[in-house]
Amino acid sequence: MNATTDITNLSASALDRLMPMHLIVSPAGLVIRTGPTLAKLLPSSGAEGGDLFDLMEVVRPTRVCCIADLCADGGAALHLRLRDHPRTRFKGLAVQLPGSGGYLVNLSFGIAVADAVRDHTLTQSDFADTDLTVEMLYLIEAKTAVMNESRNLNLRLQSARIDAEEKAFTDTLTGLRNRRAMDHVLACLLGQGARFALMHLDLDYFKDVNDSFGHAAGDRVLQVVASVLIAETRSADTVARIGGDEFVIIFDRQEDPSALTAIAERIIERLEQPIAVSDRSCRISGSAGIVISTHYVSPTADLMLADADAALYASKHDGRGCVTLGEGLPAAASDRAKPSERSA
Amino acid sequence: MHGLVNRSIQCFLSDTYGAEVWTDVADGAALGFDRFEALLSYDDALTSRVLLSAADRLEKSVEVLLEDLGTYLVSNAGSDGLRRLLRFGGVSFVDFLHSLSELEDRVRLAMPDLAMPVLSIDDHANGHFTLNCQFEHAGFGPVIVGMLRAMADDYGALVVLHHQETDTGCDEIRIDLLDAGFSNGRSFALGVPAA
Repeated sequence: MNATTDITNLSASALDRLMPMHLIVSPAGLVIRTGPTLAKLLPSSGAEGGDLFDLMEVVRPTRVCCIADLCADGGAALHLRLRDHPRTRFKGLAVQLPGSGGYLVNLSFGIAVADAVRDHTLTQSDFADTDLTVEMLYLIEAKTAVMNESRNLNLRLQSARIDAEEKAFTDTLTGLRNRRAMDHVLACLLGQGARFALMHLDLDYFKDVNDSFGHAAGDRVLQVVASVLIAETRSADTVARIGGDEFVIIFDRQEDPSALTAIAERIIERLEQPIAVSDRSCRISGSAGIVISTHYVSPTADLMLADADAALYASKHDGRGCVTLGEGLPAAASDRAKPSERSA
Repeated sequence: MHGLVNRSIQCFLSDTYGAEVWTDVADGAALGFDRFEALLSYDDALTSRVLLSAADRLEKSVEVLLEDLGTYLVSNAGSDGLRRLLRFGGVSFVDFLHSLSELEDRVRLAMPDLAMPVLSIDDHANGHFTLNCQFEHAGFGPVIVGMLRAMADDYGALVVLHHQETDTGCDEIRIDLLDAGFSNGRSFALGVPAA
Protein backbone atom coordinates (compact mmCIF):
# COMPACT_ATOMS: atom_id res chain seq x y z
CA MET A 1 0.00 0.00 0.00
CA ASN A 2 1.21 3.48 -0.86
CA ALA A 3 2.61 5.06 2.29
CA THR A 4 1.66 8.58 1.27
CA THR A 5 -2.04 7.79 1.13
CA ASP A 6 -2.39 5.29 3.95
CA ILE A 7 -3.04 7.21 7.16
CA THR A 8 -4.25 4.18 9.11
CA ASN A 9 -0.65 3.72 10.17
CA LEU A 10 -0.69 7.11 11.90
CA SER A 11 -0.39 6.80 15.64
CA ALA A 12 -3.49 7.73 17.64
CA SER A 13 -1.66 10.64 19.25
CA ALA A 14 -0.60 12.01 15.86
CA LEU A 15 -4.19 11.78 14.62
CA ASP A 16 -5.37 13.56 17.80
CA ARG A 17 -2.91 16.39 17.28
CA LEU A 18 -3.68 16.83 13.61
CA MET A 19 -7.45 16.47 13.93
CA PRO A 20 -8.59 16.85 17.53
CA MET A 21 -12.22 16.82 16.35
CA HIS A 22 -12.18 13.64 14.30
CA LEU A 23 -14.33 10.53 14.51
CA ILE A 24 -13.57 7.07 13.24
CA VAL A 25 -16.75 5.23 12.37
CA SER A 26 -17.17 1.53 11.57
CA PRO A 27 -18.78 0.39 8.29
CA ALA A 28 -21.92 -0.20 10.37
CA GLY A 29 -21.95 3.44 11.51
CA LEU A 30 -20.75 2.86 15.07
CA VAL A 31 -18.30 5.32 16.60
CA ILE A 32 -14.96 3.60 17.14
CA ARG A 33 -12.87 6.55 18.25
CA THR A 34 -13.25 10.30 18.91
CA GLY A 35 -10.57 13.00 18.93
CA PRO A 36 -9.89 14.64 22.33
CA THR A 37 -11.65 17.96 21.62
CA LEU A 38 -14.72 16.30 20.18
CA ALA A 39 -14.81 13.97 23.20
CA LYS A 40 -15.28 17.07 25.41
CA LEU A 41 -18.46 17.89 23.52
CA LEU A 42 -20.02 14.46 23.71
CA PRO A 43 -21.84 12.79 26.62
CA SER A 44 -19.46 12.02 29.49
CA SER A 45 -20.41 8.35 29.27
CA GLY A 46 -18.46 8.35 26.01
CA ALA A 47 -19.67 8.10 22.48
CA GLU A 48 -17.59 5.15 21.51
CA GLY A 49 -19.65 2.10 20.54
CA GLY A 50 -22.74 4.23 19.88
CA ASP A 51 -24.38 4.93 16.54
CA LEU A 52 -23.14 8.16 14.93
CA PHE A 53 -26.68 9.12 13.91
CA ASP A 54 -27.90 8.78 17.52
CA LEU A 55 -25.26 11.31 18.46
CA MET A 56 -25.74 13.77 15.64
CA GLU A 57 -28.32 14.66 13.06
CA VAL A 58 -27.31 15.40 9.51
CA VAL A 59 -28.66 18.81 8.51
CA ARG A 60 -27.18 18.67 5.00
CA PRO A 61 -27.07 16.86 2.67
CA THR A 62 -30.66 15.79 3.15
CA ARG A 63 -31.83 12.18 2.84
CA VAL A 64 -28.73 10.59 4.31
CA CYS A 65 -29.68 7.03 5.30
CA CYS A 66 -26.45 5.37 6.22
CA ILE A 67 -22.83 6.20 6.88
CA ALA A 68 -21.84 5.41 3.28
CA ASP A 69 -24.10 8.25 2.07
CA LEU A 70 -21.84 10.74 3.90
CA CYS A 71 -19.04 9.98 1.47
CA ALA A 72 -21.26 9.93 -1.60
CA ASP A 73 -20.51 12.31 -4.46
CA GLY A 74 -16.85 12.33 -3.61
CA GLY A 75 -17.56 13.62 -0.11
CA ALA A 76 -19.71 16.76 -0.14
CA ALA A 77 -19.47 19.19 2.80
CA LEU A 78 -21.46 17.89 5.76
CA HIS A 79 -23.54 19.98 8.13
CA LEU A 80 -24.16 18.14 11.38
CA ARG A 81 -25.72 19.01 14.70
CA LEU A 82 -25.47 17.47 18.15
CA ARG A 83 -28.81 15.91 19.13
CA ASP A 84 -28.28 16.92 22.77
CA HIS A 85 -28.21 20.43 24.20
CA PRO A 86 -26.61 22.81 23.23
CA ARG A 87 -27.14 21.33 19.76
CA THR A 88 -23.74 22.52 18.59
CA ARG A 89 -23.39 22.74 14.81
CA PHE A 90 -20.44 21.35 12.83
CA LYS A 91 -19.05 21.42 9.37
CA GLY A 92 -17.46 18.16 8.41
CA LEU A 93 -15.91 15.98 5.80
CA ALA A 94 -16.02 12.18 5.68
CA VAL A 95 -13.64 9.89 3.83
CA GLN A 96 -13.53 6.13 3.60
CA LEU A 97 -10.51 4.51 5.20
CA PRO A 98 -8.55 2.02 3.18
CA GLY A 99 -8.59 -1.59 4.18
CA SER A 100 -11.08 -1.88 7.02
CA GLY A 101 -13.81 -0.02 5.14
CA GLY A 102 -14.43 2.31 8.09
CA TYR A 103 -14.75 6.07 7.82
CA LEU A 104 -12.78 9.04 9.07
CA VAL A 105 -14.97 12.09 9.75
CA ASN A 106 -13.24 15.38 10.55
CA LEU A 107 -15.30 18.18 12.07
CA SER A 108 -14.96 21.91 12.71
CA PHE A 109 -17.31 24.50 14.17
CA GLY A 110 -17.78 26.67 11.11
CA ILE A 111 -19.43 30.04 11.63
CA ALA A 112 -20.87 29.14 15.07
CA VAL A 113 -17.34 28.82 16.46
CA ALA A 114 -17.63 31.52 19.12
CA ASP A 115 -20.77 30.00 20.65
CA ALA A 116 -19.30 26.51 20.58
CA VAL A 117 -16.06 27.58 22.28
CA ARG A 118 -18.07 29.34 24.98
CA ASP A 119 -20.64 26.55 25.45
CA HIS A 120 -17.97 23.88 25.80
CA THR A 121 -15.31 26.06 27.53
CA LEU A 122 -12.64 25.07 25.07
CA THR A 123 -9.06 26.37 25.27
CA GLN A 124 -6.27 27.11 22.83
CA SER A 125 -4.82 23.62 23.32
CA ASP A 126 -8.10 22.09 22.13
CA PHE A 127 -7.29 23.23 18.61
CA ALA A 128 -4.62 22.07 16.23
CA ASP A 129 -1.87 24.65 15.78
CA THR A 130 -2.80 24.85 12.11
CA ASP A 131 -6.42 25.64 12.96
CA LEU A 132 -7.38 29.31 12.60
CA THR A 133 -10.05 29.14 15.32
CA VAL A 134 -8.00 31.09 17.86
CA GLU A 135 -7.20 33.78 15.29
CA MET A 136 -10.90 33.87 14.40
CA LEU A 137 -11.89 34.37 18.04
CA TYR A 138 -9.22 37.03 18.44
CA LEU A 139 -10.58 38.84 15.43
CA ILE A 140 -14.19 38.62 16.61
CA GLU A 141 -13.23 40.10 19.96
CA ALA A 142 -11.01 42.82 18.52
CA LYS A 143 -13.58 43.83 15.90
CA THR A 144 -16.40 43.81 18.45
CA ALA A 145 -14.41 46.17 20.66
CA VAL A 146 -13.74 48.51 17.74
CA MET A 147 -17.39 48.37 16.62
CA ASN A 148 -18.62 49.20 20.13
CA GLU A 149 -16.24 52.12 20.30
CA SER A 150 -17.39 53.23 16.86
CA ARG A 151 -21.07 52.99 17.81
CA ASN A 152 -20.49 55.01 20.96
CA LEU A 153 -18.56 57.62 19.01
CA ASN A 154 -21.39 57.85 16.48
CA LEU A 155 -23.93 58.33 19.25
CA ARG A 156 -21.84 61.10 20.77
CA LEU A 157 -21.34 62.77 17.39
CA GLN A 158 -25.03 62.48 16.60
CA SER A 159 -26.05 64.10 19.86
CA ALA A 160 -23.43 66.81 19.32
CA ARG A 161 -24.88 67.44 15.86
CA ILE A 162 -28.45 67.68 17.19
CA ASP A 163 -27.13 70.01 19.86
CA ALA A 164 -25.36 72.17 17.29
CA GLU A 165 -28.43 72.24 15.06
CA GLU A 166 -30.56 73.35 17.96
CA LYS A 167 -28.11 76.12 18.67
CA ALA A 168 -27.65 77.07 15.04
CA PHE A 169 -28.69 80.57 14.06
CA THR A 170 -28.42 80.20 10.31
CA ASP A 171 -31.01 79.23 7.71
CA THR A 172 -29.11 76.67 5.66
CA LEU A 173 -30.88 77.39 2.35
CA THR A 174 -30.38 81.15 2.20
CA GLY A 175 -27.56 81.79 4.67
CA LEU A 176 -29.82 84.33 6.38
CA ARG A 177 -30.49 84.19 10.11
CA ASN A 178 -33.25 81.79 11.18
CA ARG A 179 -36.27 82.15 13.43
CA ARG A 180 -34.23 81.28 16.53
CA ALA A 181 -31.66 83.97 15.73
CA MET A 182 -34.42 86.52 15.16
CA ASP A 183 -36.04 85.70 18.51
CA HIS A 184 -32.64 86.05 20.15
CA VAL A 185 -31.87 89.44 18.54
CA LEU A 186 -35.36 90.74 19.31
CA ALA A 187 -35.10 89.71 22.96
CA CYS A 188 -31.68 91.38 23.24
CA LEU A 189 -32.88 94.67 21.70
CA LEU A 190 -36.02 94.75 23.83
CA GLY A 191 -33.94 93.93 26.92
CA GLN A 192 -31.66 96.91 26.16
CA GLY A 193 -34.62 99.19 25.51
CA ALA A 194 -33.15 99.80 22.04
CA ARG A 195 -34.87 101.81 19.32
CA PHE A 196 -35.48 99.72 16.24
CA ALA A 197 -38.02 98.80 13.57
CA LEU A 198 -39.30 95.37 12.58
CA MET A 199 -40.48 94.52 9.10
CA HIS A 200 -42.41 91.38 8.30
CA LEU A 201 -42.09 90.50 4.59
CA ASP A 202 -44.08 87.82 2.84
CA LEU A 203 -43.44 86.89 -0.81
CA ASP A 204 -46.37 87.15 -3.23
CA TYR A 205 -46.91 84.59 -6.02
CA PHE A 206 -44.15 82.39 -4.59
CA LYS A 207 -46.48 79.42 -4.43
CA ASP A 208 -47.03 79.77 -8.19
CA VAL A 209 -43.27 79.51 -8.77
CA ASN A 210 -43.09 76.34 -6.71
CA ASP A 211 -46.13 74.87 -8.42
CA SER A 212 -45.17 75.59 -12.01
CA PHE A 213 -41.35 75.53 -11.88
CA GLY A 214 -40.73 73.06 -9.05
CA HIS A 215 -39.09 73.31 -5.66
CA ALA A 216 -35.55 73.68 -7.01
CA ALA A 217 -36.66 76.87 -8.78
CA GLY A 218 -38.41 77.96 -5.58
CA ASP A 219 -35.19 77.46 -3.63
CA ARG A 220 -33.28 79.49 -6.22
CA VAL A 221 -35.81 82.33 -5.94
CA LEU A 222 -35.47 82.33 -2.14
CA GLN A 223 -31.70 82.68 -2.52
CA VAL A 224 -32.14 85.63 -4.88
CA VAL A 225 -34.57 87.23 -2.42
CA ALA A 226 -32.01 86.74 0.35
CA SER A 227 -29.34 88.52 -1.68
CA VAL A 228 -31.73 91.43 -2.36
CA LEU A 229 -32.54 91.74 1.35
CA ILE A 230 -28.84 91.69 2.29
CA ALA A 231 -28.04 94.28 -0.40
CA GLU A 232 -30.82 96.65 0.71
CA THR A 233 -30.01 96.54 4.45
CA ARG A 234 -27.05 97.52 6.57
CA SER A 235 -24.73 95.06 8.27
CA ALA A 236 -26.09 96.08 11.68
CA ASP A 237 -29.59 94.99 10.61
CA THR A 238 -30.85 91.43 11.11
CA VAL A 239 -32.36 89.65 8.12
CA ALA A 240 -34.06 86.36 9.01
CA ARG A 241 -36.05 83.79 7.10
CA ILE A 242 -38.62 82.67 9.60
CA GLY A 243 -40.81 80.43 7.44
CA GLY A 244 -41.15 79.10 3.87
CA ASP A 245 -41.41 82.50 2.16
CA GLU A 246 -41.61 84.72 5.22
CA PHE A 247 -38.85 87.07 6.28
CA VAL A 248 -38.31 89.45 9.18
CA ILE A 249 -35.88 92.34 9.04
CA ILE A 250 -34.90 94.14 12.22
CA PHE A 251 -33.57 97.63 11.50
CA ASP A 252 -31.16 98.69 14.18
CA ARG A 253 -31.63 102.31 15.42
CA GLN A 254 -34.03 103.11 12.61
CA GLU A 255 -37.34 104.67 13.63
CA ASP A 256 -38.17 107.01 10.78
CA PRO A 257 -41.44 105.82 9.18
CA SER A 258 -40.78 107.44 5.82
CA ALA A 259 -37.22 106.07 5.57
CA LEU A 260 -38.51 102.61 6.47
CA THR A 261 -41.31 102.82 3.95
CA ALA A 262 -38.79 103.87 1.28
CA ILE A 263 -36.53 100.91 2.08
CA ALA A 264 -39.49 98.52 1.92
CA GLU A 265 -40.64 99.94 -1.40
CA ARG A 266 -37.17 99.63 -2.84
CA ILE A 267 -37.00 96.01 -1.71
CA ILE A 268 -40.39 95.22 -3.25
CA GLU A 269 -39.41 96.95 -6.46
CA ARG A 270 -36.31 94.79 -6.73
CA LEU A 271 -38.26 91.61 -5.86
CA GLU A 272 -40.56 92.36 -8.77
CA GLN A 273 -37.67 92.20 -11.25
CA PRO A 274 -37.84 88.93 -13.24
CA ILE A 275 -35.66 86.20 -11.71
CA ALA A 276 -33.92 83.88 -14.18
CA VAL A 277 -34.11 80.23 -13.24
CA SER A 278 -32.60 77.83 -15.79
CA ASP A 279 -33.67 79.53 -19.06
CA ARG A 280 -36.98 80.66 -17.63
CA SER A 281 -38.05 83.76 -15.87
CA CYS A 282 -40.02 83.86 -12.62
CA ARG A 283 -41.92 86.83 -11.31
CA ILE A 284 -42.77 87.39 -7.70
CA SER A 285 -43.51 90.32 -5.48
CA GLY A 286 -43.67 90.97 -1.76
CA SER A 287 -45.96 92.46 0.87
CA ALA A 288 -44.63 94.06 4.01
CA GLY A 289 -45.78 95.24 7.42
CA ILE A 290 -43.60 97.47 9.58
CA VAL A 291 -43.72 98.32 13.28
CA ILE A 292 -41.43 100.65 15.25
CA SER A 293 -40.40 100.01 18.84
CA THR A 294 -40.72 103.62 19.90
CA HIS A 295 -44.42 103.53 19.04
CA TYR A 296 -44.98 101.28 22.07
CA VAL A 297 -45.02 102.24 25.71
CA SER A 298 -43.81 98.76 26.64
CA PRO A 299 -42.95 96.82 23.51
CA THR A 300 -42.76 93.05 23.61
CA ALA A 301 -41.67 90.60 20.93
CA ASP A 302 -45.09 88.97 20.71
CA LEU A 303 -46.86 92.31 20.42
CA MET A 304 -44.57 93.72 17.77
CA LEU A 305 -44.60 90.52 15.71
CA ALA A 306 -48.40 90.31 15.90
CA ASP A 307 -48.76 93.94 14.86
CA ALA A 308 -46.26 93.53 12.00
CA ASP A 309 -48.20 90.47 10.92
CA ALA A 310 -51.49 92.37 10.99
CA ALA A 311 -49.92 95.20 8.97
CA LEU A 312 -48.59 92.66 6.48
CA TYR A 313 -52.04 91.18 5.98
CA ALA A 314 -53.44 94.63 5.46
CA SER A 315 -50.88 94.99 2.63
CA LYS A 316 -51.98 91.65 1.19
CA HIS A 317 -55.58 92.76 1.47
CA ASP A 318 -54.69 95.93 -0.40
CA GLY A 319 -53.66 94.00 -3.45
CA ARG A 320 -50.15 92.81 -2.61
CA GLY A 321 -46.84 94.41 -3.50
CA CYS A 322 -47.29 97.14 -0.92
CA VAL A 323 -46.14 98.30 2.50
CA THR A 324 -48.23 98.98 5.59
CA LEU A 325 -46.99 100.75 8.67
CA GLY A 326 -48.59 99.36 11.81
CA GLU A 327 -48.83 101.74 14.69
CA GLY A 328 -48.10 100.38 18.12
CA LEU A 329 -50.16 101.56 21.03
CA PRO A 330 -49.74 101.03 24.77
CA ALA A 331 -49.95 97.35 25.62
CA ALA A 332 -53.13 97.98 27.60
CA ALA A 333 -55.04 99.35 24.61
CA SER A 334 -57.37 96.84 23.08
CA ASP A 335 -57.65 98.29 19.62
CA ARG A 336 -53.95 98.23 18.81
CA ALA A 337 -52.42 97.37 15.51
CA LYS A 338 -54.78 99.12 13.23
CA PRO A 339 -52.96 100.09 10.09
CA SER A 340 -52.85 103.85 10.01
CA GLU A 341 -50.75 104.67 7.03
CA ARG A 342 -50.41 102.96 3.71
CA SER A 343 -48.51 103.48 0.59
CA ALA A 344 -48.65 101.44 -2.53
CA MET B 1 -1.07 60.23 17.20
CA HIS B 2 -3.87 57.70 17.07
CA GLY B 3 -6.79 58.50 19.36
CA LEU B 4 -6.51 55.07 20.96
CA VAL B 5 -3.10 56.01 22.38
CA ASN B 6 -4.36 59.35 23.66
CA ARG B 7 -7.55 57.84 25.03
CA SER B 8 -5.49 55.17 26.83
CA ILE B 9 -3.40 57.85 28.50
CA GLN B 10 -6.56 59.69 29.53
CA CYS B 11 -8.23 56.56 30.98
CA PHE B 12 -5.03 55.58 32.77
CA LEU B 13 -4.74 59.00 34.42
CA SER B 14 -8.38 59.36 35.40
CA ASP B 15 -8.82 55.75 36.57
CA THR B 16 -5.57 55.74 38.53
CA TYR B 17 -5.43 59.28 39.92
CA GLY B 18 -9.01 60.51 39.64
CA ALA B 19 -11.03 62.61 37.24
CA GLU B 20 -9.77 65.84 38.84
CA VAL B 21 -6.17 64.98 38.04
CA TRP B 22 -7.15 64.31 34.44
CA THR B 23 -8.91 67.69 34.27
CA ASP B 24 -5.77 69.37 35.65
CA VAL B 25 -3.59 67.54 33.12
CA ALA B 26 -5.91 68.46 30.23
CA ASP B 27 -5.90 72.10 31.37
CA GLY B 28 -2.12 72.05 31.80
CA ALA B 29 -1.75 70.71 28.25
CA ALA B 30 -4.20 73.38 26.95
CA LEU B 31 -6.17 70.69 25.13
CA GLY B 32 -9.32 72.76 24.77
CA PHE B 33 -11.47 69.65 25.21
CA ASP B 34 -11.88 67.12 27.97
CA ARG B 35 -12.09 63.82 26.15
CA PHE B 36 -10.01 62.02 23.54
CA GLU B 37 -11.90 59.83 21.09
CA ALA B 38 -10.30 56.44 20.53
CA LEU B 39 -11.24 56.32 16.86
CA LEU B 40 -10.06 59.77 15.83
CA SER B 41 -6.56 61.05 15.16
CA TYR B 42 -4.82 63.88 16.95
CA ASP B 43 -1.79 66.04 16.41
CA ASP B 44 1.33 64.36 17.84
CA ALA B 45 2.10 67.51 19.79
CA LEU B 46 -1.03 67.00 21.93
CA THR B 47 0.23 63.64 23.18
CA SER B 48 3.58 65.11 24.17
CA ARG B 49 1.89 68.01 25.94
CA VAL B 50 -0.42 65.66 27.86
CA LEU B 51 2.48 63.46 28.98
CA LEU B 52 4.57 66.45 30.10
CA SER B 53 1.58 67.98 31.84
CA ALA B 54 0.85 64.68 33.65
CA ALA B 55 4.51 64.27 34.68
CA ASP B 56 4.44 67.81 36.05
CA ARG B 57 1.12 67.38 37.87
CA LEU B 58 2.05 64.01 39.40
CA GLU B 59 5.72 64.83 39.98
CA LYS B 60 6.87 61.68 38.19
CA SER B 61 9.06 61.17 35.16
CA VAL B 62 7.38 60.55 31.81
CA GLU B 63 9.22 57.22 31.70
CA VAL B 64 7.71 56.03 34.99
CA LEU B 65 4.27 57.17 33.90
CA LEU B 66 4.55 55.27 30.61
CA GLU B 67 5.61 52.07 32.36
CA ASP B 68 2.63 52.41 34.72
CA LEU B 69 0.43 53.02 31.67
CA GLY B 70 1.64 49.74 30.14
CA THR B 71 0.82 47.84 33.34
CA TYR B 72 -2.56 49.56 33.59
CA LEU B 73 -3.50 48.66 30.00
CA VAL B 74 -3.18 44.95 30.78
CA SER B 75 -4.25 44.74 34.39
CA ASN B 76 -6.81 47.47 35.08
CA ALA B 77 -9.94 46.04 36.65
CA GLY B 78 -12.34 48.03 34.51
CA SER B 79 -11.38 46.63 31.12
CA ASP B 80 -10.32 43.12 30.24
CA GLY B 81 -10.17 43.74 26.49
CA LEU B 82 -6.48 44.21 25.80
CA ARG B 83 -5.40 41.49 28.24
CA ARG B 84 -7.70 39.03 26.47
CA LEU B 85 -6.46 40.01 23.02
CA LEU B 86 -2.86 39.53 24.16
CA ARG B 87 -3.68 36.18 25.78
CA PHE B 88 -4.87 34.94 22.40
CA GLY B 89 -1.17 35.00 21.54
CA GLY B 90 -0.38 31.76 23.28
CA VAL B 91 -0.98 29.21 26.00
CA SER B 92 2.21 29.98 27.93
CA PHE B 93 4.25 33.11 28.61
CA VAL B 94 6.92 31.83 26.21
CA ASP B 95 4.25 31.33 23.49
CA PHE B 96 3.09 34.84 24.24
CA LEU B 97 6.61 36.27 23.86
CA HIS B 98 6.95 34.58 20.48
CA SER B 99 3.54 35.89 19.41
CA LEU B 100 4.81 39.47 19.89
CA SER B 101 6.60 39.19 16.52
CA GLU B 102 3.19 39.01 14.85
CA LEU B 103 1.56 41.65 17.07
CA GLU B 104 1.77 44.20 14.29
CA ASP B 105 -0.17 41.88 11.95
CA ARG B 106 -2.73 41.12 14.63
CA VAL B 107 -3.34 44.80 15.34
CA ARG B 108 -3.56 45.58 11.64
CA LEU B 109 -6.43 43.09 11.29
CA ALA B 110 -8.41 44.92 13.96
CA MET B 111 -7.35 48.56 13.46
CA PRO B 112 -5.49 49.12 10.20
CA ASP B 113 -4.75 52.77 10.97
CA LEU B 114 -3.08 52.20 14.34
CA ALA B 115 0.70 52.46 13.88
CA MET B 116 2.30 49.72 15.96
CA PRO B 117 5.93 49.35 16.92
CA VAL B 118 7.80 46.69 15.00
CA LEU B 119 8.62 44.03 17.60
CA SER B 120 11.04 41.18 17.16
CA ILE B 121 11.91 38.59 19.75
CA ASP B 122 15.18 36.69 20.01
CA ASP B 123 15.11 33.44 21.98
CA HIS B 124 18.58 32.83 23.48
CA ALA B 125 17.41 29.56 25.12
CA ASN B 126 17.32 28.75 28.83
CA GLY B 127 14.65 31.37 29.42
CA HIS B 128 16.62 34.33 28.06
CA PHE B 129 15.00 36.55 25.46
CA THR B 130 15.60 39.92 23.89
CA LEU B 131 12.71 41.98 22.56
CA ASN B 132 13.58 44.74 20.09
CA CYS B 133 11.01 47.47 19.61
CA GLN B 134 11.14 50.02 16.81
CA PHE B 135 8.64 52.78 17.43
CA GLU B 136 7.41 55.39 15.00
CA HIS B 137 7.64 57.86 17.89
CA ALA B 138 10.62 57.35 20.19
CA GLY B 139 10.22 57.13 23.93
CA PHE B 140 7.37 54.66 24.25
CA GLY B 141 9.57 51.67 25.20
CA PRO B 142 8.58 51.84 28.88
CA VAL B 143 4.94 51.11 27.87
CA ILE B 144 6.08 47.73 26.51
CA VAL B 145 8.06 47.09 29.70
CA GLY B 146 4.97 47.75 31.81
CA MET B 147 2.81 45.53 29.60
CA LEU B 148 5.35 42.68 29.69
CA ARG B 149 5.51 42.84 33.48
CA ALA B 150 1.72 42.70 33.72
CA MET B 151 1.44 39.89 31.16
CA ALA B 152 4.06 37.85 33.07
CA ASP B 153 1.88 38.21 36.18
CA ASP B 154 -1.13 37.25 34.12
CA TYR B 155 0.51 34.00 33.02
CA GLY B 156 1.92 33.41 36.51
CA ALA B 157 5.51 33.72 35.26
CA LEU B 158 8.38 35.25 37.25
CA VAL B 159 10.55 37.45 35.05
CA VAL B 160 13.28 40.05 35.34
CA LEU B 161 13.23 42.83 32.74
CA HIS B 162 16.02 45.18 31.67
CA HIS B 163 15.22 48.04 29.35
CA GLN B 164 17.67 50.18 27.41
CA GLU B 165 17.60 52.39 24.38
CA THR B 166 20.10 51.45 21.72
CA ASP B 167 22.27 53.86 19.76
CA THR B 168 19.96 53.44 16.78
CA GLY B 169 16.95 54.70 18.74
CA CYS B 170 15.41 51.27 19.27
CA ASP B 171 14.21 49.97 22.59
CA GLU B 172 15.85 46.74 23.69
CA ILE B 173 14.21 44.77 26.49
CA ARG B 174 16.05 41.80 27.99
CA ILE B 175 13.68 39.25 29.49
CA ASP B 176 14.95 36.62 31.91
CA LEU B 177 12.29 34.05 32.66
CA LEU B 178 13.13 32.68 36.12
CA ASP B 179 10.03 30.54 36.69
CA ALA B 180 7.26 29.97 34.13
CA GLY B 181 4.96 28.47 36.77
CA PHE B 182 5.72 30.85 39.64
CA SER B 183 2.04 31.43 40.44
CA ASN B 184 -1.34 30.41 39.05
CA GLY B 185 -1.75 33.65 37.14
CA ARG B 186 -5.16 34.76 35.95
CA SER B 187 -7.54 32.42 34.20
CA PHE B 188 -8.25 32.86 30.53
CA ALA B 189 -11.16 31.27 28.69
CA LEU B 190 -11.22 31.51 24.91
CA GLY B 191 -14.95 32.02 24.89
CA VAL B 192 -16.49 35.25 26.14
CA PRO B 193 -19.35 34.59 28.58
CA ALA B 194 -22.68 35.51 27.01
CA ALA B 195 -23.63 39.05 27.97
